[in-house]
Amino acid sequence: MSENVVVLVGANAEVLDASTAELLTLAGQLGRPVAVVAGEAPQALVAELGRFGAAEVHLVSCPQLSDSLVLAKAALLADRAVAAHAKVILVASGLEGNEVAGLVAAKLSAGLITDVVTARFETAELVADKVVWAGKYTVTAKVLTEVAVLTVKPNSCVPLIAEVEAEVRQARFDFEPVAPVARVISAEPTAATKRPKLVEANVVVSGGRGTDGDFAPVEALADALGGAVGGSRAAVDAGYVPQTLQVGQTGKSVSPDLYVALGISGAIQHIAGMRTARRILAVNSDPEAPIHRLADLSVVGDLKTIVPAVVARLG
Amino acid sequence: MRIIALVKYVPDSGDEVGFEADLSLGRVGPSSRLSELDEYAVEQALRLRTELAGATLTVLSVGPAEAESALRKALQMGADDAVLVTDEAIAGSDVFGTATVLSAAIRSLEGGLVVAGMSSTDAGLGVVPALLADSLCWPLLSQAAAVSVEAGLAKIARVDETGSRVVEAALPAVVSVTDQSGEPRYPSFKDVLAAKKKSVATLTLADLGVDASAVGVGSARVEVLAVGRNPDRAAGRVIVDVDGSSVDEIVDFLAAATK
Repeated sequence: MSENVVVLVGANAEVLDASTAELLTLAGQLGRPVAVVAGEAPQALVAELGRFGAAEVHLVSCPQLSDSLVLAKAALLADRAVAAHAKVILVASGLEGNEVAGLVAAKLSAGLITDVVTARFETAELVADKVVWAGKYTVTAKVLTEVAVLTVKPNSCVPLIAEVEAEVRQARFDFEPVAPVARVISAEPTAATKRPKLVEANVVVSGGRGTDGDFAPVEALADALGGAVGGSRAAVDAGYVPQTLQVGQTGKSVSPDLYVALGISGAIQHIAGMRTARRILAVNSDPEAPIHRLADLSVVGDLKTIVPAVVARLG
Repeated sequence: MRIIALVKYVPDSGDEVGFEADLSLGRVGPSSRLSELDEYAVEQALRLRTELAGATLTVLSVGPAEAESALRKALQMGADDAVLVTDEAIAGSDVFGTATVLSAAIRSLEGGLVVAGMSSTDAGLGVVPALLADSLCWPLLSQAAAVSVEAGLAKIARVDETGSRVVEAALPAVVSVTDQSGEPRYPSFKDVLAAKKKSVATLTLADLGVDASAVGVGSARVEVLAVGRNPDRAAGRVIVDVDGSSVDEIVDFLAAATK
């Protein structure tokens, strides 16, 4: 029988998000997927987890979850991993995801590899690949400990339907820290949008300083292509878009089929977050902008006239 | 109270990097420097120092002897003194080894508030602050877009994949700050001169009472098997738009890319 692989189900999951489906697909390749939901979950989510191969779904209530920053979730996940005798624990990459994974690894004396794009067993050893140094290198590493904790970059694999009847287990976890901990005094979930999530979208249209603060063409093209809206660090710093939409080293890292950079020069910190896109289109009035050395199609011109004309043609 | 800002000496993000015999990333590149993201930690630590009566700021780094230049930069920004933990046995440590050394140093320096950056710019895991809080048994206030301290209570605003939160904890605490927390200051000529008089103390594992077997490549829980250079993205077609002349080609490109 294959070993259990624990998957942490994405935060705020009312419905299954694409990165959780991808984690379940990877878990199915590595062993027997066990999905862990921290907090409440609607029945529809449980069915969706089964559809992507979760053999077990652990619904874990934790009264301290919403008051705690990261720690309660990490302790809960470690507790479930032990209960399931899991050899591998998978978490989606992100600011919180990486911290949760690090704390779980600390608790379980497990090896940690963050932001992996693939993972496999090679003669009983877990081996994973990650892309480093602004996309220039791929590092292959193996985990030397009995238990491995991985964070997996969204859009690294295609989620596969592997319908199973998930065995549902209800559990309760009490987070009882022995040392003083931080307390969440207010929380606001990410505002819902009709557009796909930035890290999961197949198409991302981003704007930079060259938009001069008018994101209407960026949004119109994103909507015409069914894509997500992003922004460069310069656009975030100028207040054109919220930081949650920043693409780059200190923002989101995206790997869509199509990335459109509008008025973005292409600093290395930005390229680090979008270099793995399959196709790249850039529109920038500066012929010397580094983005032109990277894009599959580079247009030197004024985005304010070109983009509306393109949107009109896309109808 | 002693505030401790954590800084790392890393290759510049524009550098061509090399890899050591154990396949770890070479830290000493042609323009290695204080990690850009740690400048935000130094900046916030400097700001908090002025708000906390009697506070001093020590910058702390773990790394090769060359890492002194990163500490010197932080001293130019205005830190009071600097400590470099350097020891051949530390080379090749994973995050757990690094956190072991840092937490021993923080205890030994009797820090009351630790300020770190959001992640290193080279390894980029973003987990060391969480591991430090765990090992020091201090509250964790990480990935802060804004931080304040008042009456012994630290408060941060954080935005992550779950949404935005305001979080608080009593000191001592571990804080990490993002690049949204405020632009780092640029040292003036006067600051640069003043920093020459400041000291950089060096500590070894023995000074900290850390067993060499708990750190270094031998204690790492992950082994790098291979490093491969990815092919550069070939530059594609460049066209110059004149009065909308590029629109047809863009529409065709988008159609092909989203098929």
